[in-house]
Amino acid sequence: MESAKENRHLLAGREYVGVDRIDGPLIFVKNTHPVGYRELIECVDKDGQMRLGIVLESSTDAVVVQVFEGTAGLTLPDTRMRFCGEPLNLPVSKEMLGRVFNGLGQPIDGGPPQRGDLALDINGMAINPIARQYPRDFIQTGISVIDGMNTLIRGQKLPIFSGNGLPHNELAAQIARQAKIRGTQTEFAVVFAAMGVKHDVARFFIRSFEESGVLDNVALFLSLADDPSIERLITPRTALTLAEHLAFNEDMHVLVVMTDMTNYCESLREISTIRGEIPSRKGYPGYLYSDLAELYERSGMIKGKAGSITSLPILTMPNDDISHPIPDLSGYITEGQIVFEREMDGRGIYPPVAGLPSLSRLMKDGIGEGMTREDHPHLASQLFAAYSYVKDVRNLASVIGEEELTPLDHDYLEFGKHFEQKFVSQRQDEERSIEETLDIGWDVLRSLPVEELHRITEEEIEKYYGG
Amino acid sequence: MSSAISNLDMVMNERIIGKVKRVNGPVIEVMGITDAEMFELVRVGRQNLIGELIKLEADSAVVQVYEDTTGIAPHDPVFGAGMQLSAELGPGMIGTIYDGIQRPLEAIYEKTGIFITRGVTVPSLDREKQWHFVPCVEPGAHVAAGSVIGTVQETENLEHKILAPPTVSGVLQSVAPEGEYTVTETVATIERDCGGMQDLSMMQRWPIRIQRPTKERLPLDIPLITGQRVIDALFPVAKGGTVAIPGGFGTGKTMTQQAVAKWCDADLIVYIGCGERGNEITDVLTEFPELIDPRTGRSLMERTILIANTSNMPVSAREASIYTGITMAEYFRDQGKHVAILADSTSRWAEALRELSGRMEEMPAEEGFPAYLPTKIAEFYERAGRMETLSGDQGSVTIIGAVSPPGGDFSEPVTQHTKRFIRCFWALDRNLANARHYPAISWLESYSEYMQDMAPWFEQEVNPEWFEDRTEIMELLHKEVRLQQVVKLVGPDALPDTQRFILEVCTLFKNAFLQQNAYDKIDMFSTMQKQARMMHIIVTYWKRGQEAIKNGATLVKMRKLRAYQDIIKMKFTVPNEDLSGLDKIEARLERSMDQMEALHS
Ligand SMILES: Nc1ncnc2c1ncn2[C@@H]1O[C@H](COP(=O)(O)OP(=O)(O)O)[C@@H](O)[C@H]1O
Ligand SMILES: [Mg+2]
Repeated sequence: MESAKENRHLLAGREYVGVDRIDGPLIFVKNTHPVGYRELIECVDKDGQMRLGIVLESSTDAVVVQVFEGTAGLTLPDTRMRFCGEPLNLPVSKEMLGRVFNGLGQPIDGGPPQRGDLALDINGMAINPIARQYPRDFIQTGISVIDGMNTLIRGQKLPIFSGNGLPHNELAAQIARQAKIRGTQTEFAVVFAAMGVKHDVARFFIRSFEESGVLDNVALFLSLADDPSIERLITPRTALTLAEHLAFNEDMHVLVVMTDMTNYCESLREISTIRGEIPSRKGYPGYLYSDLAELYERSGMIKGKAGSITSLPILTMPNDDISHPIPDLSGYITEGQIVFEREMDGRGIYPPVAGLPSLSRLMKDGIGEGMTREDHPHLASQLFAAYSYVKDVRNLASVIGEEELTPLDHDYLEFGKHFEQKFVSQRQDEERSIEETLDIGWDVLRSLPVEELHRITEEEIEKYYGG
Repeated sequence: MSSAISNLDMVMNERIIGKVKRVNGPVIEVMGITDAEMFELVRVGRQNLIGELIKLEADSAVVQVYEDTTGIAPHDPVFGAGMQLSAELGPGMIGTIYDGIQRPLEAIYEKTGIFITRGVTVPSLDREKQWHFVPCVEPGAHVAAGSVIGTVQETENLEHKILAPPTVSGVLQSVAPEGEYTVTETVATIERDCGGMQDLSMMQRWPIRIQRPTKERLPLDIPLITGQRVIDALFPVAKGGTVAIPGGFGTGKTMTQQAVAKWCDADLIVYIGCGERGNEITDVLTEFPELIDPRTGRSLMERTILIANTSNMPVSAREASIYTGITMAEYFRDQGKHVAILADSTSRWAEALRELSGRMEEMPAEEGFPAYLPTKIAEFYERAGRMETLSGDQGSVTIIGAVSPPGGDFSEPVTQHTKRFIRCFWALDRNLANARHYPAISWLESYSEYMQDMAPWFEQEVNPEWFEDRTEIMELLHKEVRLQQVVKLVGPDALPDTQRFILEVCTLFKNAFLQQNAYDKIDMFSTMQKQARMMHIIVTYWKRGQEAIKNGATLVKMRKLRAYQDIIKMKFTVPNEDLSGLDKIEARLERSMDQMEALHS
């Protein structure tokens, strides 16, 4: 027993020539020394090219390795495998800001190799719930439907549930440009992880960061559509590892943008299928929830640390279906969701944020007196209630015709129109202060008679509605 | 087995029981098994990872590991602890936050910092802290299994009874005098009925997967009052009952559970964050100590035990968290206390089962879940109940489990199987949640099978009219559904005013009564008295309004009544401590209706 342990230590780093089976991105190797679960491997092909991978399963019979850069061109006899004896570590430092990396964290911008202050396991570790600081600081994004009704809080994980062809990149870029904590000046950084998106999407973000002059504060991790799909499984992990370093060791406020989570999940399903695992819904592995949680839960704030990680994952809902496992499981983990509606986009409303299914769970503790404005909680609640009634009235009108509606219902239709056109809709370069947002909210509420405002106090009505 | 080691501190037995054959995530196959026992607690590798032996076959075994297994390799040693995975029970649990296998997170934080590192060993109960023990038995007396041998005032309001373990009985040889003791010091010595002497301390261990014994089950006819109107008034749960709260994401499972944890009239709360968000635990941790329990005037944290195995923590410890929680709840029940256990979410527990089962390559049944899922769910909910304890007290464990159906679709296996074993169903409705009607508990889909048995209690303790009012309201809510169908086809104008008034009253009831804002200082909970009065006022508005309309009053007039606005806002304006505001509203309502009657007659 002791000797097995000893040997293993000495044998780490030992190289094997020839592998036993290759299946998709997986390689099976027999007769190795005892190899640790999740150990990093270096796999060298016959031309001397090195690829990285990790151990997915280790047994006395065989080791199963997943190769990130794919297995194209590998042969059984000539492939050489080296087991590194430790998990994949990423060297991290503040100098990584302003640079571009591939999904594994290797520079691809032609610059010098990065020098890390520390090397961190990209899988991270679970934050002890005791150590968390409950997030409360209001981030003003300048976008009414977010600030007013789905408020973003520093340290929150708030995804955008979008669909193909909808302006989620535009909204994410606008948030990244405009987001600020009012009345403070703090060091901030953006960590951007691209998984399986096209080159022009990456270019769009780079240009947007460039134009707003923040590119030096951005680190990009790109695993694009034409990169091997397995690399996508590592990309968010490397990105989040840097984010954690910047937030919790360097006291920076980090915004993490991850796009497109749907591609990430698809790669996970691919591996799971090849391994012959029992699927749960739609072929996705049963551990998709836990796997996503390992990523999303890395955001937050920590007691006694000045920095924070706010994350803005973007995912495209297959078929615009919010009950698809990817948005569904994400919604169960994240602290709310900004949901896009194709129908609103069709009517030219930007951002096409659906009023009712969108939610910010951390909003309650970050708005109101001393944070945004005293009237904010009740105003938001009233807008939601009224807009939800608008939806009912529209349905009714589509059946019985608008003429048949009561005068009150007509008021609601009017309110709905104003709400969408004046409150939700805004330009991509338009930045509204929270006061402007709330004032517009009151303005659109004036389409309704005062007796309808059940969620607002007399004093607020006097102060804001009457005037 | 628990008694045999109940006085030993956890000494890790360095006995090697086998070595690792295969590692697949949290599931490890072990070869060369010599002498291991089923469900034995084990340690794996030089990292000392905690695990549990869950399958034995010839000379091989399967271990589920409660920590991340990165770095574990074939031939790594597996050590057996010689005991089953057990909870440590005794003074010091209240106000503590544990992970799924009862490791105190505060102590881990002190040891390893902001991240939970692996292989940390921290005892569940503080070994240094001294408690003031007061004996209540004399040497020479016969001590029955599970009977009380002394007490410790653990918090201002909670008297912790020190019990003989459920498996130990005999004649008391000696008992420690009143004084300060740690949980491991001997406080009593018993000559056991089965022979031999046994030292007892204030701490005992109990294997978490085994139900603690009681004398008998008692009828479930006393409600657990939650302060949430839609629950207490429409779908109340009994003390010792079982509830499922199913709902898609964002429909209010966690908020409902937290509201119940805060305001229900249990003596003790065990709140299990099972595979959910880290920040929700932080929320409880920051909020509960600040909130005051209206019944005792003390901080809510003084009656709460938290178990946090968040979604990013190891999945097998998530599976265990449910059992850790219920074992603690049963231990306090055995002291004659009413305990409510909130599990958020049982679906994550079921998914943990599924993941482990998949990694063991078991045959799946529906949607990849193992075939034994229903059995496991049943076993869990069976541990609820109101009981006569071994010591002759009465105590209860009420289980309230959230269910997170994929896509919000209640026809999935976990919801369906859970429904078979619970008797109270608080169904969360996506449309209500989207309309920000909170709590989004559907009045059409939810039910309580305890209703009939508890009606006498309500009539006696709350209000003789209570049951009648409730029936009236439920009928209106069901009529409304049919009327709404008509409206959707032909518009509201087609209905006569008497029927449109039903719609109006239902809207009023939803706004004024069913909706309850968890963030409002006054509205966050309502006493049973306030609820009953509010309901009665609305029923009065309905009954008298209906008469008035028959006599020619218009709907608009009914709506423009000053009393109408009062009723809509009464939940925010009338505090629980002083219901005189409701007297005024009721009087004004009666007056206006009298006037209207005079006008139209
Ligand atoms: N009783 C309530 N009062 C006020 N807001 C509520 C209430 N119930 C739910 N909510 C709102 O709904 C959001 C989601 O509720 P939550 O309980 O976290 O949902 P789930 O656990 O089902 O995903 C909360 O963040 C809160 O904004
Ligand atoms: Mg929840």
